[in-house]
Formats: sequence, C-alpha cells, structure tokens
Amino acid sequence: MALQSLDIKARSASTFTPPSARKTLEVAKLIDVSRCIGCKACQAACMEWNDLREPVGVNEGFYTNPPDLTDQTWNLMRFYEEQIEGSLQWLILKDQCMHCADPGCLKACPSPGAIVQYSNGIVDFHEEDCIGCGYCISGCPFNIPRLRKEDSKVYKCTLCSDRVSVGLEPACIKACPTQALSFGSKEDMVIQANHRLEDLHERGFAKAAVYDPQGVGGTHVVYVLPHGDPELYRLPRKPEIGPLLSVWRSWFSRSLGVFTMFAVVVAGVFHYMKVGPLEEPKDDEPTPPGRRPGKEA
Amino acid sequence: MATTSKDLRAPQDVTSGEDPRLIRRYPEWERLTHWGVAIAYIFLFLSGLAMFHPFFFWTASLFGGGQLMRILHPFIGVVLVLLFYPYAAQLWRDNVMTPTDWKWTRHAFQYMNKRYETPPDTGKYNGGQKLMYWSMVVVIAVLLTTGVLMWQPYFAPAFSSTTRKAAAILHAISAFIMFVGIGIHIYAGYWTKGSFRAMTRGTVTRAWARLHYPAWYRRMTDESASQDRR
Repeated sequence: MALQSLDIKARSASTFTPPSARKTLEVAKLIDVSRCIGCKACQAACMEWNDLREPVGVNEGFYTNPPDLTDQTWNLMRFYEEQIEGSLQWLILKDQCMHCADPGCLKACPSPGAIVQYSNGIVDFHEEDCIGCGYCISGCPFNIPRLRKEDSKVYKCTLCSDRVSVGLEPACIKACPTQALSFGSKEDMVIQANHRLEDLHERGFAKAAVYDPQGVGGTHVVYVLPHGDPELYRLPRKPEIGPLLSVWRSWFSRSLGVFTMFAVVVAGVFHYMKVGPLEEPKDDEPTPPGRRPGKEA
Repeated sequence: MATTSKDLRAPQDVTSGEDPRLIRRYPEWERLTHWGVAIAYIFLFLSGLAMFHPFFFWTASLFGGGQLMRILHPFIGVVLVLLFYPYAAQLWRDNVMTPTDWKWTRHAFQYMNKRYETPPDTGKYNGGQKLMYWSMVVVIAVLLTTGVLMWQPYFAPAFSSTTRKAAAILHAISAFIMFVGIGIHIYAGYWTKGSFRAMTRGTVTRAWARLHYPAWYRRMTDESASQDRR
C-alpha cells in the first residue's frame, strides 16, 4: 500500500486520467514450480515484511496451513496430491495475487482510488479508501482478495510495492532458498521462464508450460508449471474478466444509464413547459368540460 | 391495516377548517407509509448511485463517507421492503388491471398532452398507476433478492462470484427501471394538480375525483353503497 502518485496507470472508479508522463519498468515475479521445495520461507517472509500474524488455527490434516488465503495470509503455499501418468505427484503452488495487466478487481471497484495499478504493473489496494462492498472479490478471476470481517476492508498481496518502489525485490523473492522465485522486468522474466521451460522439456517434462494467461492481458506473476495443465495446480485454464463483469462495470452501459436518468428529468421539465399542468378543476361544476359521465363503462 | 370506517370518516370529523365536501382518498396510515417508502427510496437512490457510477460518488459524503454509505444502503433497503410490501398488500385489489385500464394505457399519450376527450371510466387508480404498482411489486422483489446475494459481509460469501456478478447486473437494471418508474410517478403527481394534496393531506375535491376517477367518484358519493367505499 505504497503511494506513488506519478506512477499510476489505472485508478478504480475515477473520472480522470492519472498522470502518465513518467514510465517505469514493467516488473514481474517468476515462480518456477519445478524448483520449489515447499519450505514456506516465502510465506513466512511475506507475513514478516507485511507484519501480519495469522491466528493459530486447526490442523485440518494437510500440509497447506492456514487452509486458505486470509486477510493475514497474502501468500499461501498450497499442496496437492495428484496421480499424473501413473505416479503420485506432490504438487506445490505458491498462491498469491497475479497482478493482472487487465485487473478485474480494479474494474469492479466502485470506490475512487481504492484500487490502483502502477505503471510497473503492480495492482495495489489502498485500504483507507476501501468501502467493503466486496465487488473486487467478485471481479477477481483468481479468487485472491479477502474481506476482513473486523474492519470490512479487503486485503491481498501488494507484490511488496513498498519495497519495489525503492528498488528492492519483494520479500518472498529474497527468502527463497532454491531460486524457484525470481524478480525482474517482465521481459526478462518471460525469457527466463522460456529457458527453464526448455530445460524441463529436455528433462522429460514434455507437457511443461509457462503460465502467463493472456485472457487477463498477461500477469505480473508468471509460473513455470512442470506438468503443464494449470488445473492440476488449481489455477484457472483460461482466466478472463468475463462477460458478466464486462456488462456490469461497462463504462458505456453505466454512463448510458445515468444519461437516460438525466434525460427522464429533463423530459419532465420540458413536458411541463410545453403542455403545462393538468389543472385541478373548480369544484362543484356539474360536469367538467370535455367530460360526459357514464359514457364509458 | 385494512381501510376501516374510522379511516374514512368524513373530513369534518377529523379536521376543522377543511371543506366538508372534500372526499377522503388516502387514509392516514397509507399517507404515512407512502412517505416512509419515499424517504427510504431517496436515501437508497443517493447511496446506490455512488456505487453505480463514479460521477455520483460524491453522494457517499451525504452518508458519512463511502464505507458508512455502503453499510447503510442494504439496511435502508430492508426498511423500504418492510414498509412497501405490507402497504402494497392492502392495495392489490384496487390495482387489478381491467379492460378500462388497458384502454387508458392506450390513450396515455393523449392524456399526457391533455387531449383527452373521452376518458375511460376509471376506478380508484388509472391504468398507468396500476402498471406502476405491479412494476414496483416486481422490481422491489428483484432488488431485494439480488441485494441479499451481494450483501457483504453477511450473505455474499455464501454465493459464487458468478451469482454475485449476475445479481449486481440485475440489481442495477431493476434500480434503473425503478428510477424511471418513480420519476414518472413523481412527475405525474406534480403535473396533475390536486394529486399532491391527496397524498399529503388525504383529501381531494369532488371535481378532481370526477375528472380523473369517475367510477371511484360515483362509488364514494353513492349514499346507498356507503359500505363499499375505498
């Protein structure tokens, strides 16, 4: 939740264009799942840097802990057991905000400036402007933002925008002991992902793939998935903003709605000026003009 | 709260200084409920517009800022529903569409332009008012249902994001229909002189009743059928 007022590319529910004279380097985090050992150092580093403490919970019998993302856990290591080509595979996925180039949360947000996208690609929530409507949760194709009941504010990974703005890498990157995590320009990260991919193909992971879904304009968190199919890792195959969100938050349809409501008011004014009021007739006239009682039934 | 004979006391029984020839159109409970609904509607629209379009986000400050506005909006909605449906339940019989009313709706444009030579023999409400009544009955039900589906933090988490998005679209469309409907309703009341008095003081003049609601006028003034007055 850092404020870099000159580096904002998009701002939620705003009727003005953010200042765009300055360009910053588009950044990305690369997660090479094939190198991840599931040590959770990134998860711990995230809590430490952001000073968050998940309350002690209950062991639900699997290694993912806590069981889901929360307002205190913005980065969660998820563990899945899958039968892949006849053998049991233990899949590990570092789950956090994907920092979409076309962010559904920002599009859905009705509060001006509560969600911003920096020119480096980071999508950040400004909780002081959050009104707690939960629209961003509906708008997110990855099910990332979490509403905190106690304060009705929504929280998620910031990609350590505060660290990145002063030239540091995100806390999770710094903590990773196996170079499963890298951070740099989006361009470099995509090149590096493709190098890793070639390597994996040589090692027999024929289906290995890079996950940088174009349905949301690409993401600023890129995965290398050794088994290819994102659904094995519970990632959506083709995430996109989708027709419902597009219709719901369409600038055109909403502005047309507002315009039509104005038009109704204006039409009333002009009708009154042209036609004049339907005056109340003088009382106790036997038959008001133009009225023939009893003709209709 | 059915209309009782007490509600329909001749005006001279309840007020002094009022013309005794005035006809009681809306009893006290009906006027109070109507204005309760109206106030809730105004609050709902001002707060809803803030969430609908950033052009109107400033209305949030009328509610103590965005977060408080967002918290209040659904509760005001529940107040409107609790006032509207018991009110509407008392009126449905008077709002059943008849062939006379359909005839009225076909001549609505002439009526709007005061070119209304042979008006239909309208009862207590005309065709336009009845269609307004039924559209509000439907639209408020849709607003309530879809509003609950996206009510954070109480109910929304129980529904899928697809459901909540679809609910939000329907909510916006219904609110739009309601704005246009209520806009016409307010304007019609302002334009038809004598109507505003009916809903603020409860009484109308005989000539007004004869002009706009002839069948209702006959029912109200027919001494032999005094039990059937409403």
